[in-house]
Amino acid sequence: MTTPADTTPLPKQPPMRFAARWSRAWDSDLSWNFRHSPVAVAAAVTAVLFMTLALLAPWIAPQNAFDPGAVNLDDGFLRPMEKGAKGMTHVFGTDSQGRDLLSAILYGSRVSLLVGFASVGFSMALGVTLGLIAGFVGGRIDALIMRIADIQLSFPAILIALLVFGVGRGLIHPTQHERMAVMVLIIAIGLSHWAQYARTVRGATLVEKSKEYVQAARVMGRSPAAIMREHVLPNVLGPVLVIATINLALAVIEEATLSFLGVGVPPTQASLGTLIRIGQQFLFSGERWILFFPAAALIILALAINLLGDWLRDALNPRLK
Amino acid sequence: MIAYILKSVAQAVLVLLVVSALAFSMFRFLGDPVANLVGQEATQADRRELAERLGLNDPIPLQFGRFVADVATGEFGMSYRHGRKVSALIVEKLPATVELAVLSALFATSFGIVFGVYTAIRRNSWSAHAIMMISLVGVSLPTFLIGIGLIYLFAVELRWLPSFGRGETVKLGWWSTGLLTSSGRQSLIMPVLTLGFFQLTLIMRLVRAQMLETLRTDYVKFARARGLSENRVNFRHALRNTLVPVITIAGLQLGAVIAFAIITESVFQWPGLGALFVQAVQFVDIPVMAAYLLFVAVVFVVVNLIVDLTYVALDPRLKSSTPVSVGGK
Amino acid sequence: MHLSGRLIAAISVSASLFCGAFDSAEARSVKWARSGDSLTLDPHAQNEGPTHVLNHHIYEPLIIRDNQGKPLPALAESWTITADPLTWEFRLRKGVKFHDGAPFTVDDVIYSYERARQPTSDMKSLLSAVDTLTKVDDHTLRIKTKGPNPIFPANLTDLFIMNKAWTEKNNAGKVQDYKAKEENFSVRNANGTGPFSLVSREPDVKTVLKRNDNYWGKGQVPLEITELTYLPIKADATRVAALLSGEVDFVQDLPVQDIQRLSSDPKLQINIGPENRSIFLGMNVADKELKTSDIKGRNPFAEKKIRHAVNMTVNRSAIQRVTMRGQSIPTGIIAPPGVNGYTKELDQIPTADAAKAKALLAEAGYPEGFSVSFHCPNDRYLNDEAICQAVVGQLATIGIKANLVSQSKSIHFPLIQKNPPETDFYLLGWGVPTFDSHYVFTLLYHTRTDKEGGWNATRYSNPDIDKLTVALTQETDLTKRNQMIGQIWKVLQDETIYIPIHIQTLAYAMKPDLDIPVDISNQPKLKFAKFKK
Repeated sequence: MTTPADTTPLPKQPPMRFAARWSRAWDSDLSWNFRHSPVAVAAAVTAVLFMTLALLAPWIAPQNAFDPGAVNLDDGFLRPMEKGAKGMTHVFGTDSQGRDLLSAILYGSRVSLLVGFASVGFSMALGVTLGLIAGFVGGRIDALIMRIADIQLSFPAILIALLVFGVGRGLIHPTQHERMAVMVLIIAIGLSHWAQYARTVRGATLVEKSKEYVQAARVMGRSPAAIMREHVLPNVLGPVLVIATINLALAVIEEATLSFLGVGVPPTQASLGTLIRIGQQFLFSGERWILFFPAAALIILALAINLLGDWLRDALNPRLK
Repeated sequence: MIAYILKSVAQAVLVLLVVSALAFSMFRFLGDPVANLVGQEATQADRRELAERLGLNDPIPLQFGRFVADVATGEFGMSYRHGRKVSALIVEKLPATVELAVLSALFATSFGIVFGVYTAIRRNSWSAHAIMMISLVGVSLPTFLIGIGLIYLFAVELRWLPSFGRGETVKLGWWSTGLLTSSGRQSLIMPVLTLGFFQLTLIMRLVRAQMLETLRTDYVKFARARGLSENRVNFRHALRNTLVPVITIAGLQLGAVIAFAIITESVFQWPGLGALFVQAVQFVDIPVMAAYLLFVAVVFVVVNLIVDLTYVALDPRLKSSTPVSVGGK
Repeated sequence: MHLSGRLIAAISVSASLFCGAFDSAEARSVKWARSGDSLTLDPHAQNEGPTHVLNHHIYEPLIIRDNQGKPLPALAESWTITADPLTWEFRLRKGVKFHDGAPFTVDDVIYSYERARQPTSDMKSLLSAVDTLTKVDDHTLRIKTKGPNPIFPANLTDLFIMNKAWTEKNNAGKVQDYKAKEENFSVRNANGTGPFSLVSREPDVKTVLKRNDNYWGKGQVPLEITELTYLPIKADATRVAALLSGEVDFVQDLPVQDIQRLSSDPKLQINIGPENRSIFLGMNVADKELKTSDIKGRNPFAEKKIRHAVNMTVNRSAIQRVTMRGQSIPTGIIAPPGVNGYTKELDQIPTADAAKAKALLAEAGYPEGFSVSFHCPNDRYLNDEAICQAVVGQLATIGIKANLVSQSKSIHFPLIQKNPPETDFYLLGWGVPTFDSHYVFTLLYHTRTDKEGGWNATRYSNPDIDKLTVALTQETDLTKRNQMIGQIWKVLQDETIYIPIHIQTLAYAMKPDLDIPVDISNQPKLKFAKFKK
């Protein structure tokens, strides 16, 4: 497993510039690796297809799932492939409200993906920045950030979400509640994960900071920001990506969980999570497709993202090849 | 050292104070306890009178001051919902949650490390790929769906395991345990699996990633070059270094365990703190919610402290560089 | 240490086993699951359905209701109004004993009623008409009311009688005060006269009761259950799973979607019947402007035409068929049949007619429709959120954009109860425990004041109706009183400040050897339960 090329003494060699490494990897290694990993290709195709379909939902969905007027209650509980009152064939069947499930899943994926990406981006940006600063600067700033992280972590994600939801409800005018639900979810889920990045990044930063090359760079008088960006950040990217990968799927699942507790998006603008919550009521009554299709969609989506992230992590880390 | 401990304790108290302020203020937004306390035919006058008696009309800082003073003496007040002392309720529900959380944390950590190490060492084997795939599918399922699925399979279809509750429990002093009866142990299986599964996959993936990193380091290559056996390299050198970030995450995951316990306990009707909290939220039972949040905060402050100290113990590199802060020194 | 722990464990396990399980061939235990627990055993601390349901098994009032809502003598054998129209006389049952063996006398009744009239009691409004309580002899009680009150005994059906000596001895004379520092003894302990006595209680986990073998009604009621375990299981899926797996014998709150499949299960018996509870929509009919609407400067719901348009847009039969799986009775009035004042003529359901509704909307000056926030509970009534969703869809067809906000009842109810209310359009359910229209008028239609209209969030205020409503409590001539009720309903039905949707249907599921009929107040009393041999 050890190759001679790798055994050059590392401490003396300054790590490659981040941008340079990224572009080199993108140009050659990464794409080569990608082409030779069928799992990665399949996952990428699935994820991209899924996201494209979700994005195009208003144009390709058989029914506008967010328009309550388009739904006919009398079409409720149609089985997959059954025809509705207006002659429309419902490929995935309909739910308890007569909503075409295929359309609901397409529209719902849009909401889920929006919540997922936005909240992960939010928590990652916040957590990595604070973690780098805490680990590198140390002292009072570190103490302050990590105490805030402690406080944040003292509240399980669900509680944070309830807190943000409650406060949001108090601050936002009632007419805006429905419109603000997605925004509140993004903030709630985003705020409940940044400390994880911060803790991990800080831990890794502490280890990196004590390494000779970083200390050498410090002695040479490089600015802290430059050292963090060029020496520390690339080295913490691995664990951050692992967390971000898991968190994207996690955010979607957390949204579902909040819906399960009754504080997610309203059922008239259902996300995948809300659809699953609605569907799980029919587990024992025989209309299992109402649960099956949204759950399958969620699992496929999360699985594809996770597989892609898994592969990306390995590929981005040259030492793992 | 003593000064350091004192400082940590002072910080912990500060954290708790801030959490209690947050806890207290949060529930001013969440609902109106009065509406839940009075019956459906209560008049406006009844309502006003009750709010007055509960002190809900006093200025908020006064209410908070009263709350902190009570909490400092271990007095969380009376639950609106149960008409009982919150401290007594917490003591009563604590064993159920602790048993559930500790067992699932043990389950998650032990299996997580075993599978993580295995998938790292045999990273190209079919079994490792299969384990990774299963873990990914598991990560992609909401906890409540796993719980309902397990109930459907093992309680309804197969009828092997009870679908709810703790079964027969045994009192050991004030502690009630389900571990000493067969129905108690059976009742633990599904909730522990449900609660621990997600953490297991997370820890496993983390161990694997860190292990792969460590196996690539010069340190390990050096050990190999010195002709040490593969097992010795894997377990004495690689695993030891892998455990630093794993302990951070595993420690932090205790929070997630408690958070997801809320859902697991709701699904399995587990009579623990999480279920108590969910009911309190629905009933806007402020003293219970505040006490629960403080309980969670205490758990975290302690866990964080332990994690910080373990860092020093496990990573020799941190010892040499004195200015590195531990726990925000 | 370890060994002794085991030993203690073994002893307490054997002690906690049901001792009578082997000594009697007819020992029959029933495990009873429902969605929520009783809030407290203190009989006067909470005026709440599930709390009373459990207490009805331990304690008893003077009068109970059978499963059709008909009054039956319980601790009182008979009651009449005396020559003085303000005074009622109750003759109490003799030879009744509390669970601790103490005899039941009139002193216990007076003591319990005085306790229920304390400021911290939640039952005090039911006794607000009482002037004096007088002991005539050990088993005769006179109650003098402040004004003539022909339906006064209807208020007593949930007013439980505690034992005076027991309550005083245990320092439980005061109803649980939430500000008190100590737990009231009666919250987790009980000593009643009821068919079952308390064995153990763990709130939110389980409550175990055993048959009271000295029950006065032995021989008059089946009383076949020897041990009753009450298990709150909140999650629908878990509760149904516990039933399917045979862990519980009787499920009271059955999700409607599961009724059909469970009915075909030979291992189960399902009993279905209507509940004395209507589900309806309320509208803000009086404010100058709706805060949550896009229409500014005027209030569409203030127009009777708009309310009539909404009324004929809500498709009750579709909601019944699809959303409720047939488990509801569409209705046009907020008073279920059986409530005094209900008539077939009043219970008119408009046929769903979108075209006519649209025309009405245009006539009233809203051809483009309008938007409004629609508040809905999601954990209170059968399929409440799904009903709201269906209503949103139906209103969308005539251009009314109802923005659904569905949330827990603990957040939803305060919107309605606050003064002024914080909702313009909402769903609510209403039970009528007194089985008289007055209860509906005074709480849902009367102008909101300190004493009346507590659940009227429509801002509706009609002085004539208010006057008539108050007059109902004074009218002793029942024929005249019923005419007045009819008169009030006629006005209110035309006003259409509420849109009645349906009457909830209850479904109880049980093992096939058990027969527990549906109770119209959703207060099953298991002393009436029979086993099929």
